[in-house]
Amino acid sequence: MSSETQKILTTDGIPLEVSLKKAEKKNKIKAFLLVAPLLLFIIITYIFPIGEMFTRSIDDRMVTNMLPKTFKAMETWDGKELPSEEVFAAFLSDYRALAEKKEHGKLGQRLNKEKNGFNTILKKLFRKMKKFEEGNAKEQIMEIHKRFRDVKYWQAIKRTAPPYTMGKYLKGMDMYFDEDGKVVQVEEGRRIHRILWLRTLEIAVVVTILCFLMGYPIAHLLATLPMKYSNLLMICVLLPFWTSLLVRTASWMILLQQQGIVNDFFVMIGLVSDDNRPEMMYNKTGTYIAMTQILLPFMVLPLYSVMKTISPSLMRAGKSLGGTPFVAFWKVYFPLTIPGIGAGCLLVFILAIGYYITPALVGGASGTLISNQIAYHMKETLDWSFASAMGLMLLTGVLVVYWIYNKLVGIDNIKLG
Amino acid sequence: MALPKYTETRYRIWHYIYIGLCSFVFFFLIAPLFVIFPLSFNAEEFLVFSEGMKRLDPDAFSLRWYEDMIYGTKNPWGLAAKNSFFIAVFATIGAVILGTVAALGLSSRHMPYKGLIMATLISPMIVPLIISGVAIFFFIAKIGLAATHLGIIIAHIILGTPFVVITVTATLSGFDHSVTRAASSLGSDPVNTFMKITLPLILPGVISGALFAFVTSFDEVVVVLFLAGLDNTTIPIQMWTGLREQLSPTILAVATCLIILSTLILVTAELLRRRSERIRGINR
Repeated sequence: MSSETQKILTTDGIPLEVSLKKAEKKNKIKAFLLVAPLLLFIIITYIFPIGEMFTRSIDDRMVTNMLPKTFKAMETWDGKELPSEEVFAAFLSDYRALAEKKEHGKLGQRLNKEKNGFNTILKKLFRKMKKFEEGNAKEQIMEIHKRFRDVKYWQAIKRTAPPYTMGKYLKGMDMYFDEDGKVVQVEEGRRIHRILWLRTLEIAVVVTILCFLMGYPIAHLLATLPMKYSNLLMICVLLPFWTSLLVRTASWMILLQQQGIVNDFFVMIGLVSDDNRPEMMYNKTGTYIAMTQILLPFMVLPLYSVMKTISPSLMRAGKSLGGTPFVAFWKVYFPLTIPGIGAGCLLVFILAIGYYITPALVGGASGTLISNQIAYHMKETLDWSFASAMGLMLLTGVLVVYWIYNKLVGIDNIKLG
Repeated sequence: MALPKYTETRYRIWHYIYIGLCSFVFFFLIAPLFVIFPLSFNAEEFLVFSEGMKRLDPDAFSLRWYEDMIYGTKNPWGLAAKNSFFIAVFATIGAVILGTVAALGLSSRHMPYKGLIMATLISPMIVPLIISGVAIFFFIAKIGLAATHLGIIIAHIILGTPFVVITVTATLSGFDHSVTRAASSLGSDPVNTFMKITLPLILPGVISGALFAFVTSFDEVVVVLFLAGLDNTTIPIQMWTGLREQLSPTILAVATCLIILSTLILVTAELLRRRSERIRGINR
């Protein structure tokens, strides 16, 4: 018997296996075509720009583009002694071209970051170069300031030659490259970014813990109460959830102000005296209170959806087998809610770490977090490459959290209500 | 929740502590929203309850801040509301169309690389907003749409689609595919099948996804702050500026309107959720 006769054929005479595969492939293509528009849209408008953030954050071609002739002339320079007349002449010609385009100031600021004092001597050069005679650029430039005679300043220019730098990332961690290209820390009093990272982390962690401590009991109550009561109480969770973030922030600003209702209440019950009202806003207390209330629904909803699936008979069984209510809760109920706890904590933590509207409004000076800093550099200083670098550092942190979560609980357990 | 008679005293105490804690948390969640309501009718300019208000004196209440909101001179709320609704409506339409179609493909069991594609599609939701803001700004600025309505609409479509994808895939997970096969075996073409069979069945999921997308756009401030020019100011931007500079009672009038809007959305969303559960219950 040949193998041909064993194969099952469709009515068209094609082997069934082939025909099935063909149909399968057709279905695959069909499904993919449905997803394709959104997938392309997200990749083009969102995923690529995140990639662009990366190239922007390490891009360092500014000086190279501003001083093309200088870098060409410097190719043969060994970098140990003062460069030749050729380099000086090229530099002067580049600088004149920049001055004509009125971009010389930008170069000064950029080079000053590389070597302190560069901006001053460049300004001096700008003033004096109009009177320069033809030729002999090296001598005339060196006349202007003794720093031009210092080889370190020329080395600084050469250091900017590589098109890419990790400098912005180091800046985000309060470090920088010194003159020898070594990584050093910013001096003690000026390490602002590290404070911001730690504060962001602290606020996110504290808010997550507070949300968990407050969210767990009410999720449990909502899941165990009879439907008609729990539906009513659910409104207390869902109404804030659907209400604008700024509205809720505004209400906390009213409540927490010094003449506000919370303070009125404290005075009324005699907790504090009238002329000694505590500051509850424009500090961390305000941030914690407001952010906890705003993010609490994101903790309660996943917890609730998990608790709803746990049969009450499990607790009864635990108790009937001799466990006290506490033991039954701890050994039976609590472990079953871990996927909900994980999802809730992850959601709250991720939202809290990228938050800045509420802390900026109620946090006062302590409400400046990493996100504020990113927004500040995007809008005010226009240092987009630094904003990109910090954004990507934050994103890396978030991805690490997702990874840990996936290891501990499994990412598939996330539920959205 | 009544306790059984035989409960020991210490568990009784624990039970009351638990109830007390829960009541406090519910109060903590909902009470702040109700503070805004009476204060927006304050006749005075201060953001505290005046003596008259505490005595419930009718003269202490007025609608002046609502008048200011609607008719006030050099007042930005009219334009902001118009922009907010315009942007939110178009962003919702875009997000719903793209998201629903993608969800249909994703729920097909033939879909290759499902996990990876799903992760990509919902990434705008799980990445902190500030990072999305920077990335989206770079894109919109590059194609020259910064400070235009269209640019903000595109940005909000990006942020809104994950919600539509998630809600519609959830609805489709309980969807009985034999009904669409039945329709095609009776001679219906795919578009007709979708419009007459699939869409009505998944409509609750689509609408609740649309509500999410609408609220996301309507309430979004981080990305808009990067993108908006003077002509594209929205309600959240105005609130943000107002809250930063000085808290005026007019903001509270606006906030009250927004709370009413969110109540309406909440009621709609809840009704839809129950309806969808019912439909899925029948299918099972």
